[in-house]
Amino acid sequence: MRSFQHRLSEFDARGIRVVGISVDPPEVSRRQSQRLGYTFPLLSDPETKVIRRYDVLHPGAGPKGADIARPAEFLLDSNSVVRWVNLTDNIAVRARPAQVLEALNQPSPAGQ
Amino acid sequence: MKRKWNWPIWIGFVVVVAGLFSYEFFAQFPITRDFPWANFLLLGIGIALLIIGLFRAFGRPQVYRGKIFGSIFAAIAVLLVAFFSYVIFYVLHQVPASAGAPHVGQKAPDFFLLDQNGKPVGLGDLLSNSNGALLIFYRGFW
Repeated sequence: MRSFQHRLSEFDARGIRVVGISVDPPEVSRRQSQRLGYTFPLLSDPETKVIRRYDVLHPGAGPKGADIARPAEFLLDSNSVVRWVNLTDNIAVRARPAQVLEALNQPSPAGQ
Repeated sequence: MKRKWNWPIWIGFVVVVAGLFSYEFFAQFPITRDFPWANFLLLGIGIALLIIGLFRAFGRPQVYRGKIFGSIFAAIAVLLVAFFSYVIFYVLHQVPASAGAPHVGQKAPDFFLLDQNGKPVGLGDLLSNSNGALLIFYRGFW
């Protein structure tokens, strides 16, 4: 997410709102935001309700076997239709800003 | 005659340990994160030095020290490299398939969550007055 913070102005310029979602409680997210200088929101889903709804749950992968989110990125258009999605097969390999910006240059599947 | 210090064993072992502990450092940069080649390079150099050290210890034992501790260090180094490889090539790939995740062209599920300041944020808020949103699900800091 560090790399998305670095290029956040390019997403702002395209009118794309960037948010992170994890099981972290708001206090932890606030500390991390301040420490890492993130200016986009970090949303808190401790009960994994939204994480399950998006089927990106990684059962038992957290501390003491807690359920957490697996890394995943969804680009939505303004009608909440998915334009681009990245479901990595390697926890250490995440989407890069350039991939998402490239997807933004492609026509939307909803034909906007 | 006092036998010589067999430096490749010591340096090799230190380089192997450095190859492991530098993972966090190299993970900061996408180019050394997606595949940790810099760490494998260090591990390779360390193992090569250890092999040189062992050749010296066993080939010319009257000149170089390290037959016993060199073997122990080499065995530990091989175990460390095996463990690192296991994590990189197996553990990191244990990600659920997420077959039910919203596909391209589908409508994404709505949500309403608290942000880092405890303020409720819904998908609708993110999409009003914007051209879209990028949702980044991440494992968290806990």
